[in-house]
Amino acid sequence: MSTPSATTPARWRALTHHHLFWPVAVLVALLLVNVPFTPDFFAIRMADGHLYGSLVSIVLFGSPLILVAVGMTLVIATGGIDLSVGAVVAITGALTCSYISDQADQNALAGVFLAMGIGLVAAVVCGLWNGFLVARMGIQPIIATLIIMVAGRGVAQLITDGQIITINSEPYKLIGGGYWLTLPFSIFVVAAVVAVTVALTRRTALGLLVESVGGNAEASRLVGIRSMRIKIMVYMFCALCAGIAGLMISSNTSAADGNNAGLWIELDAILAVVIGGTSLLGGRFSIGGTVIGALVIQTLTTTIYTIGVPTQTNLVFKAAVVIVVCLLQSPKFRAKVFGAKGRARVTAPAEPATPADAAPKMEVSR
Amino acid sequence: MAEPRPVLEMTGIVKEFPGVRALSGVDFRLFPGEIHALMGENGAGKSTLIKVLTGVHPLDGGTITLDGKAVRIGSPLQAQHAGISTVYQEVNLCPNLSVAENIFIGREPTRAGRIQWKQIRKQAAEMVDRLGLDIDVTAPLSSYPLAVQQLVAIVRSVGHGDSDGEGSGTKVLVLDEPTSSLDRDEVLELFRLMRRLRDEGVAILFVSHFLDQIYEICDRMTVLRNGTLVGEHMVADLDQVGLIELMIGKALDQLEELHEHQLRSDVGETLVKAEGLGRTGGIAPFDLEIKKGEVLGLAGLLGSGRTELARLLFGADQPDSGKVTIVGKQVPMSAPNDAIGAGVAFCSENRKTEGLVPDLTVRENIILALQASRGWTRPIPASQRDELVAKYIKALDIRPANPEARVGQLSGGNQQKVLLARWLITQPKLLILDEPTRGIDVGAKAEIQKLVVSLSEDGMSVLYIAAELEEVLRLSHTIGVLRDRKLVAQLTNGPEITTSRILETIASGEHQ
Repeated sequence: MSTPSATTPARWRALTHHHLFWPVAVLVALLLVNVPFTPDFFAIRMADGHLYGSLVSIVLFGSPLILVAVGMTLVIATGGIDLSVGAVVAITGALTCSYISDQADQNALAGVFLAMGIGLVAAVVCGLWNGFLVARMGIQPIIATLIIMVAGRGVAQLITDGQIITINSEPYKLIGGGYWLTLPFSIFVVAAVVAVTVALTRRTALGLLVESVGGNAEASRLVGIRSMRIKIMVYMFCALCAGIAGLMISSNTSAADGNNAGLWIELDAILAVVIGGTSLLGGRFSIGGTVIGALVIQTLTTTIYTIGVPTQTNLVFKAAVVIVVCLLQSPKFRAKVFGAKGRARVTAPAEPATPADAAPKMEVSR
Repeated sequence: MAEPRPVLEMTGIVKEFPGVRALSGVDFRLFPGEIHALMGENGAGKSTLIKVLTGVHPLDGGTITLDGKAVRIGSPLQAQHAGISTVYQEVNLCPNLSVAENIFIGREPTRAGRIQWKQIRKQAAEMVDRLGLDIDVTAPLSSYPLAVQQLVAIVRSVGHGDSDGEGSGTKVLVLDEPTSSLDRDEVLELFRLMRRLRDEGVAILFVSHFLDQIYEICDRMTVLRNGTLVGEHMVADLDQVGLIELMIGKALDQLEELHEHQLRSDVGETLVKAEGLGRTGGIAPFDLEIKKGEVLGLAGLLGSGRTELARLLFGADQPDSGKVTIVGKQVPMSAPNDAIGAGVAFCSENRKTEGLVPDLTVRENIILALQASRGWTRPIPASQRDELVAKYIKALDIRPANPEARVGQLSGGNQQKVLLARWLITQPKLLILDEPTRGIDVGAKAEIQKLVVSLSEDGMSVLYIAAELEEVLRLSHTIGVLRDRKLVAQLTNGPEITTSRILETIASGEHQ
């Protein structure tokens, strides 16, 4: 359809058709909204050897969400969903903190590592349970993961005896509240997890097999993919990500709150995945998209505070923005509003000019 | 005969997909009261033309005129309102609802917000009756065979105009491959209904890969090739050889060659041996032996257990009796993995639901089976992968030859080739092909049959299932005959075996 003189529009179209274009556009727009309210929004300054600024805070506060959403992406790509991540966040935090608080010396590295290990193992066990129910027992993912979503918070409360456990451990504080090389340490954790996930899915064949299972489960079975194994693995990985997020949240507050830690984070995570361009139906997924999606949500939360939306209308405002974002992402909506019609009319008369008798083969550009 | 004005005229139709020009300036016209065949190879643009006509795809150029007025068809619903109804190969109805409900879904007559159930049943019965069909409209659709469901779909489409109050009625009825899974009697029933509608003045656009059916029912045909119009002919003026030459753009020698092709005569030792293999509700226990390099054809009516037999040999369904031995070793067959590990490959008859992953690219679909057998930890190195994929795209002539294309956008024949490539890459010992030529055109059919012959020459065993007996007869060393979910006979192919002999065996159900 592109004539030689139309390279600029063609390039523009190639850009707008990139699967990350709309998530990035929304993120940039949201960031810009803040500028009139806080003119130094993009400023980053150095104090006490640490970098400070709104952008740094967004990444810092968004870290747990990014982690959870990255794990959720793989689950959703297999055609599933994991509602239990919030509860897993709470369980991990509760176990780790209660173990640390029992230590004589809360700053002992060995104890802290062991505590984190216990928390993460518990998280992975939760994932194994989810995967077992979904893949082995054939229970609908939304129901299977609902069990831990509901029961998990009860378990977390049991672990903490219904109290909020507070700890005072310097090494543990580092994960969610510390700094390293002038940046919040959690940013490095997130970067590492994202890098590992990308490597795990794209450097091995795991990504392809996940997309195949989500794209057509029966065909995948008949092609010999052990989809049961893959699904269980993915649920375990998702829970592991939620567990790391749980460490981060409890470390940041130096406390484990079985009731409120990671509350509703599963919904934000699902939203982040969808904004990032991964379909809830399963199949193709994009880790990069999910990271941007999570940043969009965190930026939105920050924006709500900076432009001073009254607390009681917070959620309504958030909902309105989310609706707009989702509509912008829908090709159907864009075609209706921004008028794909106009473009079609321009190109239509040019087409019959192609000599029909030249009988072009099915030509493949690129 | 003075030519009446066409009811539908499409002029200079252009349609492009990313990387592919599917239609370039195609003209097409349809007269009232005629049955018009749309012919062409896979990827010639038949489906695209139909989808443009029925509003599934927006057109990129050209005009559509209906009853002399230019129309813009933006959606399937608009097409229906304009009087263009479509029935696709797969019946898009709700099997759990009654026939009457299916006919009226989405346009139920209501009074004060309540649905008039009585009126629905009465009107549905009248519509069915008027078209000369004997169907109980209160029974659930699923209680009828696929063929009747298809007739119901037609009743639903043509009944639309009468009941929506606009009085436009169906002017154009599009039937896309309606006969591909029907048996002979069912086809006749369908043809009766089509003739009746034609005599009422409906223009019918008919797509089928069965040339005999085209010559039986159609008045006129339009031939497409590579997205361009090749010609429009009265059926009576163009014989089958001429038609095929128009469709594939070259003389028939290539096809003839196949007929003279000698089957490999010396088949080797036993490769696969099934003893007492069976599954309740699937197929009665059977014994079967497939030798190395042998093509074993399965003949039988639709539903006779051909597919069920193949699925048991692949572990797609679990057998509840018997055992399978492959090269002397017993294979458990509890899942496809077991069979794949032993060197069995299976191309399902349902390309879309059991074969392809439509969202993935051609390349990803091709390497899927090989990758699955290697496990996720050992990805195929990129260079080796690209080389393999390029080799098979070229060998099987997959079009477009773009490994990055999404497989869902390919035509049926090319999708079938992608599936074949997927399994050939794993170098199986036994290749099971369930209806590999269904819904694809003559050219691709010949290519696939030739491929089967050459694979067998190279020592691969093939289990070949096809509805067309000629195909089975032409390719097979041995023909297994099925009837009523039982393997009733195994005939060694030879000069005395003819299609009528096979038919007799099917009919009598015993080895003669």
